[in-house]
Amino acid sequence: MHEMGIVLHLAETLNETAKTEKLSKIGSVTLQVGEVSGIMTDYFVDCWNYFKGRHPVLAESELRLETIPAVTYCDGCGKTYETVKYGRECPYCRSGETWLLTGNECVIKEIEAESETGEEGESSFEAGDLK
Amino acid sequence: MKVIELGKNVLAANDVEAEALRERMRAEGRLLINLMSAPGSGKTTLLSRLIGDMRDIAFGVMEADIESSVDAERIEALGARAIQAHTGGMCHMDAYMTSAALSEMGADGLDIVFLENVGNLICPAEYDTGAGLKIMILSVPEGDDKPLKYPLMFRESDALVITKTDALGYFDFDMGKCAERAKKLNPAIEIFPVSAKTGEGINKLEDYLRGKLNILRNNKGRGTQA
Repeated sequence: MHEMGIVLHLAETLNETAKTEKLSKIGSVTLQVGEVSGIMTDYFVDCWNYFKGRHPVLAESELRLETIPAVTYCDGCGKTYETVKYGRECPYCRSGETWLLTGNECVIKEIEAESETGEEGESSFEAGDLK
Repeated sequence: MKVIELGKNVLAANDVEAEALRERMRAEGRLLINLMSAPGSGKTTLLSRLIGDMRDIAFGVMEADIESSVDAERIEALGARAIQAHTGGMCHMDAYMTSAALSEMGADGLDIVFLENVGNLICPAEYDTGAGLKIMILSVPEGDDKPLKYPLMFRESDALVITKTDALGYFDFDMGKCAERAKKLNPAIEIFPVSAKTGEGINKLEDYLRGKLNILRNNKGRGTQA
């Protein structure tokens, strides 16, 4: 179960973030998932719904998934193309020397949260702090 | 509710843990090897052969399975240190689990530690366990087309051990084609055809492991990666 491992890491990261940023509740999580990351979104959501119940901070949070399209770059002709449609071989020059540019990601884009002090809508820190 | 932009890779924390473990093993002069393959490819049999042959090397083996402890018992019977790590249903080991299993087993006095990953050619390739060397096994009965089906595993591995070469006569396995396919995905991959049963090719693999251990120990403290 590949999805389970990813959900465990996701829950761990969010718990850490909640602790560091003194968040009482995470209302939603937006996750960007690459088209060829191998993550089955249906299974992923099931795993998430199971695991979030184990973490008080996450118990009510909603998971939003965004797809990042898979794009491949061809070393042979320098063009890019849709990975899912054409696979490993470049449709322009038939070269096999191709590399995945995007599509393998699993990134937490953003979360919506309430802080322990009850302040809402006031973000006291910059996004860069967490990177 | 406030919106917090994270832009954080889900596996970023795992990668940090993996790097820390790799650094620790390097400083201690121990080679941690992530051994990956499909179920039934002969991982435990190959390890048994290596442990039996290389008596001057102190081996530790972490057996990762979803259940049971048959593999760890086989390894312990040979006099090597072993621990059975149950992944609790997960299809791979990550750096946290590897680090925990290693502490539980105790690495003192060991030269080479094998992490025998869950039998699976897909997921283990995606997780950095903190190992300094990644070796994959492909057994002859599995077929020479596997590099085409599981490219990431072949791309990620430092070495490919082709096991059960004593069975070559019974299968349509083209060694040349398999090597060509693997090299196309990963030009740097080193290939070792072996038979743990007859001992054919085992010496070269053993020399390779000794070489890797020496490189790691010679680089100790120089801040370079083995």
